Order: sequence, then C-alpha cells, then structure tokens
Amino acid sequence: MAQRQHLKDHFIEQRIFHNRSIVAILFTIILFGILAFRLFVLQINNHEHFTTLSQNNRVSVQATPPTRGLIYDRNGIILAENLPSYTLQIIPEQTSDIDNLVNELSLLVNLREVDIKKFKKEVRRKRRFEGIPLRFRLTDEEVAIISVNLHRLPGVEIKAQLSRFYPYGRETSHIVGYVGRINEKELKSLPFTNYSGTNHTGKLGIEKSYEALLHGQVGYQKVETNVRGRVLRVLERNNPVPGNDLYLNLDINLQKVAIDAFADKRGALVAIDPENGHVLAMISMPDYDANLFVNGIDSKTYNALNTSWERPLYNRTILGGYPPGSTTKPFFALAGLENNTIQLDHEIFCPGFYQLKGKAHKYRDWKKWGHGKTDISKSIVQSCDVFYYDLAFQLGIDKMHQFMTSFGFGKRSGIDILGERSGLMPSREWKKRVRKQVWFPGETVIAGIGQGYVLVTPLQLALGTATLANGGKHFQPQLVNAIQRKEDHVPRQVVPQMIRKIPIKRQENWNEIYHGMTEVIHGARGTARRLNKPDMRYKIAGKTGTAQVFSVAQDATYKEEELEERLKDHALFMAFAPVKNPKIAIAVVVENGGHGGSVAAPIAGEVIEAYLSQFSDEELNNPSRKSPVTPMKKSAPPTKVPPSAVDPDNTASSPLHKHKEHEEHVHG
Amino acid sequence: MASRASSQGLFFRFHIDLTLLLGLITLLAIGQVILYSASGENVALMQRQGIRLGIAFVVMLMIAQISPDTMRRWSPVLFIIGTIMLVAVLLVGTKVLGAQRWLNLGLFRFQPSEMMKLAVPMMLAWYLSSGHIPPRNRHLLVALIILLLPVLLIAKQPDLGTSLLVSSAGLFVIFMAGVSWRLILGFAFAGLAFTIPMWLFLMRDYQRQRVLTMLNPESDPLGSGYHIIQSKIAIGSGGTFGKGWLNGTQSHLEFLPERHTDFIFSVFAEEFGFSGILVLLSIYLLVIFRGIYITTQAHGTFARLLGASIVLTFLVYIFVNIGMVSGILPVVGVPLPLVSYGGTSIVTLMAGFGILMSIHTHRKLLAH
Repeated sequence: MAQRQHLKDHFIEQRIFHNRSIVAILFTIILFGILAFRLFVLQINNHEHFTTLSQNNRVSVQATPPTRGLIYDRNGIILAENLPSYTLQIIPEQTSDIDNLVNELSLLVNLREVDIKKFKKEVRRKRRFEGIPLRFRLTDEEVAIISVNLHRLPGVEIKAQLSRFYPYGRETSHIVGYVGRINEKELKSLPFTNYSGTNHTGKLGIEKSYEALLHGQVGYQKVETNVRGRVLRVLERNNPVPGNDLYLNLDINLQKVAIDAFADKRGALVAIDPENGHVLAMISMPDYDANLFVNGIDSKTYNALNTSWERPLYNRTILGGYPPGSTTKPFFALAGLENNTIQLDHEIFCPGFYQLKGKAHKYRDWKKWGHGKTDISKSIVQSCDVFYYDLAFQLGIDKMHQFMTSFGFGKRSGIDILGERSGLMPSREWKKRVRKQVWFPGETVIAGIGQGYVLVTPLQLALGTATLANGGKHFQPQLVNAIQRKEDHVPRQVVPQMIRKIPIKRQENWNEIYHGMTEVIHGARGTARRLNKPDMRYKIAGKTGTAQVFSVAQDATYKEEELEERLKDHALFMAFAPVKNPKIAIAVVVENGGHGGSVAAPIAGEVIEAYLSQFSDEELNNPSRKSPVTPMKKSAPPTKVPPSAVDPDNTASSPLHKHKEHEEHVHG
Repeated sequence: MASRASSQGLFFRFHIDLTLLLGLITLLAIGQVILYSASGENVALMQRQGIRLGIAFVVMLMIAQISPDTMRRWSPVLFIIGTIMLVAVLLVGTKVLGAQRWLNLGLFRFQPSEMMKLAVPMMLAWYLSSGHIPPRNRHLLVALIILLLPVLLIAKQPDLGTSLLVSSAGLFVIFMAGVSWRLILGFAFAGLAFTIPMWLFLMRDYQRQRVLTMLNPESDPLGSGYHIIQSKIAIGSGGTFGKGWLNGTQSHLEFLPERHTDFIFSVFAEEFGFSGILVLLSIYLLVIFRGIYITTQAHGTFARLLGASIVLTFLVYIFVNIGMVSGILPVVGVPLPLVSYGGTSIVTLMAGFGILMSIHTHRKLLAH
C-alpha cells in the first residue's frame, strides 16, 4: 500500500517534513531562549538577592551563654557558685520517636515527672536541631550508664555545663535565694537576645534582685551549619561577658551562729552594722535548701515545703509583720523627750493599770500589782506598760506616727531584695483611708506599748535599733557590699545610702534612752539581765518585747501554759553593742517563743558575742564615733543598683511562694 | 581532511555518528563531574553510575547496528509487549514510594514505562508511515488511541513525568507526519478546555499541590515549596561564574534536595554559574541540531518520524527539567538527560541515540 502514487507522495512528504523540521528548529531555539532568559534573570539580575538567601541558609548565629556572677560573703566565702554538671539532652530531629526515647531513658536514669513535662514543653518551643535538656546534674554513674548505651539512643547527648550551686543552701536560702529554669512568664519579660542560650534566671533573693548584674552579656558565634543545623565550622566568635560577682555584707559564719542559736525555733533575726546599714546576718527560720529549686523541684517536696504550718519558704525577715510590743518603748520614750512632751525627770506612779479620763476600761500592765514610782529609765528596764499608756496619750498618735516613721517603721526599708512588706505604723489618715473610721484615743494608748495596729518586720526593728544606736542616722539596709565587674581590677563598693538624719534636739535625751537600754541587760532588775556576764568586754543596750498573738478578754487570767503552742506570745528582742561604739544592731523575733528576755535575748547575745569577738578591746570601747560612711574611691561614681533590678512592688517575682498577710498577729 | 574522512568512514562502518558521539560523551562526562560534587564526593556512587553508563553505551552501539527497516518491522511487537507489561505493572507491580512503576522479574526490576518512551513513537511512526502522508483524519484518530492507551496507563501508576515524555514523543511523531495546523490549533484549544476537568477530576492531590506551589513556591516554604525555593537559591547564588566546583554551599550543606538526581542542574548552576550554563546549553543544542540534521537526511518516512520524535523528546527532557528546577514549570520528576544520576533513563536515552545513529548510518544501504 505504500507504493501508491509513490513519486508524488515522496515530494509532498519531503516538503512537509522540511517545513516541520524548520518549525522544530524554531521550537528548539524558542525553548532554549526561554531557559537562557530565565537563568539570566536568576543568576545575573537577582544574583545578590539569592546570594543573601544562600548566606542566610548556611550561616547561623548561636548564642554562647555568659557565666553567671558568683556571690561571696563579706569575708570572701563563696555562697553561690557554678559547678560543672552533666546535662542529659535530646536533639529532637535526630530521633524519630521522642516519647519512646524518653521511656527508654527513664529505664536507665531516674526521670521525674516534672523533668519530662518541662522537656515536652520546650520541645514545642525550640528548633528541631537544638538540644533540649531532659535531666540536669547527672551523677557520674548515670553519665556512665548513658554513655555505654549511647549507640542505641540516637539524638541523646550528654552536655557538660555549669550549674548553680549554693554551698550554704540552707543558711542563705532566704537571702541569696536561688535560680531556676526560666518559665514562660519570665520569657516574656527578660531581654530575649541576652537570654538566648540561658536556661536559668534568678527567682528569689539576691539572685533575683541582682539578676541584671549577675547574668552577664551573651556572646555569639557565627557558624556554618548544614541543613540539619549541625555546626560545620565557626566563622566568627564574640565571647560572652561573664556576670558581675557580688560581695555581700553578710557574714556566713555569723549567719550560722544565729541559726544554731535558733535551733528548732521559728522566727527571724536581722543584724545590721549601725554605721552604714550593712546587713551582717539575716535569717528566717525554719529554712530550706535553695539547691532543691535550681533544676526544678519535684511537686511532692515542694508541696511539703509550701503547705507546712512552719512555713519554711516564708522569709519572715521582710514579710513577717509582728506586733513589736515593748521593743517600741525606747523609741516612744525618746519621742516624748525630743517632743518636749516629757522631761528627763518625768516620773509616774504605776498602779498596774491605766484608765482614760471618764472611761471604765482598764489598760493592764503586764505586772499585775504595778511598778509603783517609775521614771524613764525604770520604764525601759522593767518595761512598765502604764508609763507608756500615759506617754502615748500625752504624745498623741500624730507625733508617734511621725517620730516612728522617721526611724523607718511602717514603710519599706529599701533593702536590695524584693518582696519586702511595709509593716504598719498607724495614723489617723491611715485609719480613715483603710478602715474608713475615725481614730479613737484608746487606740493611741495600746499603740504606746507596740500593740494594736502596729506591725513591724524584723528588718524594720533591726533598722530602727541601728538608727537609734548611731544617733539618728537612718540608712537603707544593704545586703550587697560590692560589685566586681570583670573589666575592673577591684570591686566597686556600693555607697551606703543615708535616707535621713534624725535631728538630735538634746544629746542627753538620747543618752537617757541608751542608759535605760543598757540597764535592761546590765541592771540588776533588767528584763534581759541573763545576758550580763561578769567578764564582758563590752556593754549591750537592748529591749525585750513580748507580743500578744491574740487579745485576752478583760479580767481573764492569762495562763500561758494552757495555750496551744501556736497561740503563745511572740518573743522579741532588740539590741545594739557595744554601747560606747555600736558595731552591731540586732532584732530577734521568736514566734510563739513566750518571753523576749528568756527566749529571744540569748539568741541575740550569742550573735553579738560572735560578731564582736573579732574586735579589739580598744575598738569596742573607743567612744569616738567614726564617720559612718566608709570613704570611697573618689573616681568611682556611686554604684547604685539599676532600678529595674530592685522593684519592691514586684512580689509576683516568686510565684512559688504564696504569701499571706500575717493576719493572725493583728489584735484589736 | 583525509584522515578525518577516513576516520569518519571507519566510525560509519560501525554505524556510529562521530558528532553525536562526541556531544554525548561530553554530556556524560559533565554528568560524572557534577555527580562527584553533588554526591558529596561519593566515589562508590560514581562507580555505580559508571557501570550504568557503560551498559547504556553498549546498548546504544548495539541498537545502532540494527537497520531502521528491521526496527520498523518489530515496532508493533515491541508496542504490544510494552502495553501488556504496563497492564501487568498495574496488577502485580512493585510499589516504591507510593508509585507502582516496576515489574519484578526475579533478577532485576524493570520499568516498562521507560521502554514505552521508544516503543510508542516507533509504533506511531510505523502506523503513520504505512499510510498517507499527511495522515487522514481517521488515521489520526487511530494514532491518538495508540498514544493515549499507554499514556493513561503510565499516568495511572502514577508517573506524571514519564507520561508527559511518552505523550510528547507520540505527539511529535504525529506533528512531523504533517498534521494540519488547523487541527493542531483545534487540539490545543481542546486541550486547554480539557485542563479544567483534568484539574478537577484526573489529577491527584500531590500533582495539584505541585502546580500550586510552582505558581507560588513561597506559600509553603517548609513543605512542597522547599525544593523550588532552595533550587532557585542555588541557581541564583551561582551568579556569572559560579562558586566553583565542589564549593556549592547549597548542595554541599545539603540545603538542596535530590541534588544528584532531578536537581543536579541546580548544583551545576551554583558551581559553574551562568557561563557554565551557556556551555552546557550549547552542547545540548549541538546534539539536538545534529539530531535534526540526521532526520532531515534520513531515508524513509518511518526513520524520519521516529528520529525527529527522539530528538524533540530529548529537547522536552531538557526544557522540563531546567524549567522545573528554575521555577517556571511544576516539579514533575524529569531528570536532566544524560547528566542526572539514575540508570534507566540514561539507558533509554542512549538507546534513542542508537536509533538516530542507525538511521544516519544505514542510509546508503537503503538508498538502493
């Protein structure tokens, strides 16, 4: 059939085929033209754009976390350090089944539920090629077990890194505080870039309030990575700047003496250097081990701590509001003298009770039969209540409020840890604003013996004592003594901040109070005379206090032993020493301790003795008062903690602690 | 001149076209050079590919010895066997990565669709060359049925890339046979009208996704758009002269997917730049133009139709692959001919060039 019209067909065929071949050549040229044009656009026109994209692909910036600053006590003993520890981590992209891997690991090492929960949360947050910590602080044995099994655990890594450790975790838990894993809320408030690579942040205490100084500056390295993020080489390095080291005013040995003296009692102790407001010791009992919190505390331990009726997590020194009781007496006596309400020869007769004119209500003295004739000194030494009922009535609440406030009562001291309570020094204005009531004269009377609305924190009491001791210089209490920046050779001192100098109207007035307070310890009938020892190198001035936990009905017999332990009086004591040259001012509160003189005073005595043992006789008894402000290096500007670091209103800073007002201490 | 003529004569006697041979060897050599870089200097991989190239070469030389007339006679047999095997693939084929493309023949796996790249144009060339040129309408209808049957069988596997190449191979035969432009335009419009129901009913989800991400690769940068984006970055960052051999960061740091198979062009573009690309495209053009020249010189309708179809299919290979890696065509899984790693496609391509050489070197025998 192909033979039909062979010749003619052949020519037509030839022509058609030639035409189509030309079309095919044109077609080829067009398609190649399109390709060449497209590639020209990509490679020549948009070359820079794609070069940038290609660079971004391969070069990634990795954060190198800075080393956290160390914390030392005043003698250079380390309180917070960074120890090498081994962290178990998983790189999600290198494993197909994370859940299964975690299960396998839990057979090898101890994994707590919190660890796994936190880990799974972070898996969602971080990139697939980033190592995500599962367990911190592996023991040597655990490291060995995992290392042996590493070949069948794809994506598992053991990373050596530094972990925070507190050698005195118990002794300093309330003050130094602790660091913990960054939570979601903190993630939003912390500077994001500077914390890339950082797992921990300060949660409480110094660790929290000085976070900005302790953390340091993050470093970077530009690395070339492949598509899975594996680092192939480092292109550029920018080293991190370690955080600043802090030197505290705290003396860890003094702290230990105080803790030993407390034994199993509950309460708080604050010791301040009256010359500059340096906090020498600060304890809240019971305490807890801060190291528990560093890498996530398990819920069982935490609940036990949080729900214990002894409230170990509660920092009583700045949060506890206690009725100061008789410890206010020296202040009120001085208030009366300086206000010219009473004179140095003022004397009353104490029948054992006090009555306002025209009122039947009897304000009782602690001594049922009264103290008889009582002058200023005796009123302090024997803690006569009636003297102060009368004095308060004469002074009036306005003058009392004004005078006490100048010593720091009723307001935050400004100490450099967060969450401080202001206590309460009542006034007419306060009662009108908060209670929506007018002030009653009877309330003035009981305020005169430090009861009623009055609440002080142990820190305020110590601060007031220091201010009294140094002749009216009201300092802001300061835990951090110096900040060692890496670029400096010597640490920079934190300049003591004097908030106010209370004007002395007559030195004799102050001396009278010192005399009375000295007699409390060294007088034959002093309420704290058990502190007096025959061979003492120095004299102590102090005042005991016993604060009622709840009010006792009129004419009811007060039977301490019948009260439950928790309803017992709080025992208080405030003191400074040596009287001639005060070097330490101290306040002690022992919850439900009973009498201040028998329970609180001995604790203070031990701390004072321990602290003063370092001084020579001459130093102790040289009455010439030095300038309270240690001279600074003139070139160094006063280092102040950045405002962001210390924010007294930021009580939400420790979400682990559910703070409650000590309402049970308020009695009406 | 004399020596050239005599060597030409020697090659001619062994049914080899020297120009085509040189072009092919250059392309295969370039393929090996880029493969070394794209595979991360994997010598074992190159050895495997070397063996395949050797096989492909032998297949080409063997086929070149067969006269076009013999090929013509065997065409229907080859087509029928191929179609039966395609049906068999759908029934008892081996599934790899979601596509049922392979027949397990005990010793090795065989991909019948690959054979159809040649069997279909041969069958059509046989059918159309035995009838009137240009073909009449009823012949065209039969030709279309011959074409559509294997194409749909291959599309069903699914293997979009191969069905595209097979159908273009067939359509080029029909085109070269002189089907009228009016009909071509008519079919083009019909085809356009057909795309809508095809989009809605025939295309699989992954194919639709590919078209969508082709139109806007940035819409899914981590998913289906990733390949195209990374490939464009590789090509674009190559610039005029490229980053240099073995220095392509996109490929060596593994940002570029499938870098030694379908995306090998991107590796080449990144390392050798626009100038390298112009050289590569020139060699491809040389091979194509030589192929077209051979077909214009060919004797017999079957040889012309088949030869032209093989050359133009080779062009489609190049255009679709470079078009897809540079982001102007959807990613359909067509390798860069003679350069991409992979055995079957190279064997088929070289077999095609074997046919071209046979067409060119058997002329004088046919002339008498």
